[in-house]
Amino acid sequence: MAEVNALAHKESKEVATPETTWGGTYYAPRVDILETDEELTFYCDLPGVRPEDLDLRFEKDELVIHGKVRPRYPEGKFWLEEYGTGDFYRAFTIYEEVDPDRISAELKRGVLVIHLPKREEVKPKRIAIRAE
Amino acid sequence: MTMLARWEPFEKLWREMNRFQREMDRMFERFGVGLGARPLLSVGYPAVNVWEDDEYVYAEAELPGLNLEDLEIYVTGGDQLTIKGNRPAPATDKGVWHRQERPFGAFQRSLTLPVPVDPEKVEARLEHGVLTIKMAKSQEVKPRRIPVKTD
Repeated sequence: MAEVNALAHKESKEVATPETTWGGTYYAPRVDILETDEELTFYCDLPGVRPEDLDLRFEKDELVIHGKVRPRYPEGKFWLEEYGTGDFYRAFTIYEEVDPDRISAELKRGVLVIHLPKREEVKPKRIAIRAE
Repeated sequence: MTMLARWEPFEKLWREMNRFQREMDRMFERFGVGLGARPLLSVGYPAVNVWEDDEYVYAEAELPGLNLEDLEIYVTGGDQLTIKGNRPAPATDKGVWHRQERPFGAFQRSLTLPVPVDPEKVEARLEHGVLTIKMAKSQEVKPRRIPVKTD
């Protein structure tokens, strides 16, 4: 599994990478990836993203996560500004053989969970050993 | 230029104070004389944004995956805000982690607010993983509108 694009991490506002095509700053969300015999599971922190503002795609072995964050601050000055806000974007190339028709995802309390089930033929098979 | 500009030296001092506090926290953490249980997360977690309007001071932090019940929020001494909580470690008994970037563990963050607030008038909301704390300013620090009579 390789990551196509790692952008700013949400450590502080200084590491933001402005992206002119979208006209705003966006951040690479923090991700945990778990692989089991059955599937790849992505856990992705997307604070501030509502389910209707999430664009999740799987195309040619590429998983693309794009979460839009609605502006939430009034005009004016911050007393303390330790993090910046903007859209979340991150893409991964998936080398495992996953079944695109069975991919599912849910977004709850700002955490996106994506299930990428493996194809039947690549799942490890347990070989039964016969004992005499 | 404008008469309404904030008095900058004080703001600078306030920022410095908060930074000093964080550095002290880090130092204490490093020497292991912190508050009992050692937090797994760094003392600077979560990052906080603070802003204000005439009536309220607002503090915001990104805490994805948490419920409001998992958090303890205190305002003490009028201007000390504390956010305490625990982000559970991901439960797994099988499989292999390819990446583990999301922080977990107990955390506690304290900071000094720019102005005193009324501890009885604090509201917290947690929506889509974003915590917003709205705190009413103490009566004595609210700006008063001075009525101007016109003849």
